[in-house]
Amino acid sequence: MAENNFHDGLTVSSSPHLVTTLDTRKTMICVLAALAPSAVMSAVFFGIYPVCLILGCMAFSALCEYLYDRIMKLQNTVKDCSSLVTGAILALTLPPTLPIWMAFIGCAVSIIIVKCLYGGLGKNIANPAIVGRIVLLLSFTTQMTTWQYTGFQSAAGIDGMTGPTPLGQLADGAFSSAPGLMDLLLGNKGGSLGETCIIAILAGGIFLIVSRIISPLIPCIYLGTVFVFAFIYYLAVPQEGAGALYMAVFHLLTGGAVFGAFFCATDYVTSPILKRGKVIYAIGCGFFTMVIRLFCSYPEGASFAILFMNIMTPLIDKYTTDSYYGVTKRAREEKKRAKEGEANG
Amino acid sequence: MLFGNKRLPSIEAGHYKNTAGSATQVMPIPARVSLSMSENIGAPCKVLVQKGDTVKVGQKIGDTDAFLSVPIHASVSGTVSSIETMRNAMGGMDTFVVIDSDGKQEMAEDLKPPVIEDQLGFINAMRESGLVGLGGAAFPTWVKLNPKNLIDVDTLIVNGAECEPFITSDHRTMLEDADNVIDGMLAVMKWLIAEDGYIAIEDNKQDAIEKFRELLKERGITNIRVFPLPARYPKGAERVLIEEITGKKCDAGVLPASLGLIVMNITSTAFVGQYLKDGIPLIKKRITVDGDAVKEAKNVMAPIGTSIKDIVDFCGGYAKEPKKILMGGPMMGRAVYSDRMTLIKNNNAILIFGEDQAFIPEESACINCGRCHEGCPFHLLPTAFADAYATRDAKRLKELQVMQCMECGSCSFVCPAHRPLAFINKLSKALVKEADSNGGK
Repeated sequence: MAENNFHDGLTVSSSPHLVTTLDTRKTMICVLAALAPSAVMSAVFFGIYPVCLILGCMAFSALCEYLYDRIMKLQNTVKDCSSLVTGAILALTLPPTLPIWMAFIGCAVSIIIVKCLYGGLGKNIANPAIVGRIVLLLSFTTQMTTWQYTGFQSAAGIDGMTGPTPLGQLADGAFSSAPGLMDLLLGNKGGSLGETCIIAILAGGIFLIVSRIISPLIPCIYLGTVFVFAFIYYLAVPQEGAGALYMAVFHLLTGGAVFGAFFCATDYVTSPILKRGKVIYAIGCGFFTMVIRLFCSYPEGASFAILFMNIMTPLIDKYTTDSYYGVTKRAREEKKRAKEGEANG
Repeated sequence: MLFGNKRLPSIEAGHYKNTAGSATQVMPIPARVSLSMSENIGAPCKVLVQKGDTVKVGQKIGDTDAFLSVPIHASVSGTVSSIETMRNAMGGMDTFVVIDSDGKQEMAEDLKPPVIEDQLGFINAMRESGLVGLGGAAFPTWVKLNPKNLIDVDTLIVNGAECEPFITSDHRTMLEDADNVIDGMLAVMKWLIAEDGYIAIEDNKQDAIEKFRELLKERGITNIRVFPLPARYPKGAERVLIEEITGKKCDAGVLPASLGLIVMNITSTAFVGQYLKDGIPLIKKRITVDGDAVKEAKNVMAPIGTSIKDIVDFCGGYAKEPKKILMGGPMMGRAVYSDRMTLIKNNNAILIFGEDQAFIPEESACINCGRCHEGCPFHLLPTAFADAYATRDAKRLKELQVMQCMECGSCSFVCPAHRPLAFINKLSKALVKEADSNGGK
């Protein structure tokens, strides 16, 4: 009606009129901050090259996303920082000696094929960094499985520049030379950039949990499953020279399980949305990690396990959301009430 | 926590309670008031006066025979200058009675404390008082106090949670009008034969909790208890409150009375106590005026029908250009399109937001974080609603229990992608209702 003067410039919108200050960008920056301790420790163990690798991957990933948005004439989404996180996570799962051009191929696969082609952030069905790593592993198997000793190991007189990871030693039956638990915890062992120093990963993971970016549900259940699976397996099939408890802890602390549990498996987009779904997902991650480690030809299976559960996520979501807030229970009750009504009427 | 609040339940509502310490100031009688003829859920009133009539304070100017209704009373004395149809704050069209005040505030002669002899008399008095649920729903109180299963009702819960940010009017009612709250409760409990009473107050209002505990002790009342709630949003929502206090689940569409409960807003209860003493119907309201675009944030007692402009002028005027004017709190309140809108009975705050406070960030892609689900007091899944709504799938929406949503806005608040989830829920509910009324399945 014309007699009502609309006050110029007043916004009329649906409630709520107050929203959180947290946004996607801040979430991603938090994740980057949580990755920083692992990056620092990789520099401590492997020198300056890993730092170049990490920063290079981050920059190249952002560039890929920028170019894709530009070429496809899409809104520029680089500012949400998710491509930086993908680049950093990918770099931290690579061996310290990988040529940077190979890493760039991984970044391009992660960002362009896995993320952008599926519709960008939120639409990808698998964790981009995990797929990037797996593509590299299958394409450049030699380089991707060449592990440099840490500076401290070399100083300690272990000859040669490279050697197998503890899991590799286990798979090769050369377990007796595996490092002690303390070395595993500190990261004084062969392995990918970010997965060696468990303490640094935990520091980042706890930061994410405390700042409520991730819930502890997935990492705890994932690692719990790994531990229990390994413990039971080694009770049944004893390892020479080590108890089942030691072996269970060994499996926890080596390889990419801890890094994957905190930084890859918790990716919002590719993990189930409901708690019960998350539980199923995390158990699956732990289970398949151990199945691959113990029964398959690859010494490490965390990335394959997470990818597999990523793909399972829509299925888990489908079945768990159908029963949330007692949807099925409620429907049953409604039916029952209707029947009673008929009987009474 | 680190970057604001992760989940809505972790909002400290006290964070924005800027006016909690400001005692209510009675506003001078405005030169003109416009009284809407539909101030309650249900049927609008028929106008009982004509242009040019002289009216007195408390005189009935609108009423109807329809069931779900209450009469409307003149809030000032003066002359009816016009009866016009205008757009109301909800966006619909309403009849308004505009009264030019003579400034004398002469009371109508027939106003006297009601004499109540039985439950029916109490209900009638409640209808005559013009009281509706002042917490926001505007449900006629006399209807609420007259449930079909009166015999089952054993508990009265008085809601003083006030979980909406910014608003402190209920808090001030509790501090300034505590005796009337208790008198009102005792009256309701007496006539409805309810044994137990609870006063639910969020624990960020310790002074109110203390005050009621002392008062109850002083007056030797043992069947009314103060129930402190965690200061989180939306603990003051009726269905949440019921579950917090009694542990009973109250689904949407279930009347609390069928669970043996009556839930009343604390300001409504205080009004009951007051009305039984002086017989003056509901003609004024305590409201919180706040927001960064108003000069003096404070609590104001204003006659019903006062325009927002007059109220803001009483609060020193606009501090800067207003970008959003809200009737009610920021979580569930309504944005109005003009400061010519007038105060209605169930309004408990007027918030004037400038550019900064009115800013809502742009929507980005859903990252499936699940915060909307974790923040939902009823464990609903707003992202699934949004997906189903995108294809206008009413059947799926119904399956997903969208009708359980009470539109508290928690999901929209916590969303890091700033999706308008609560808005989609409202649209979804409307879609389901439409499909139901078309007989579709």
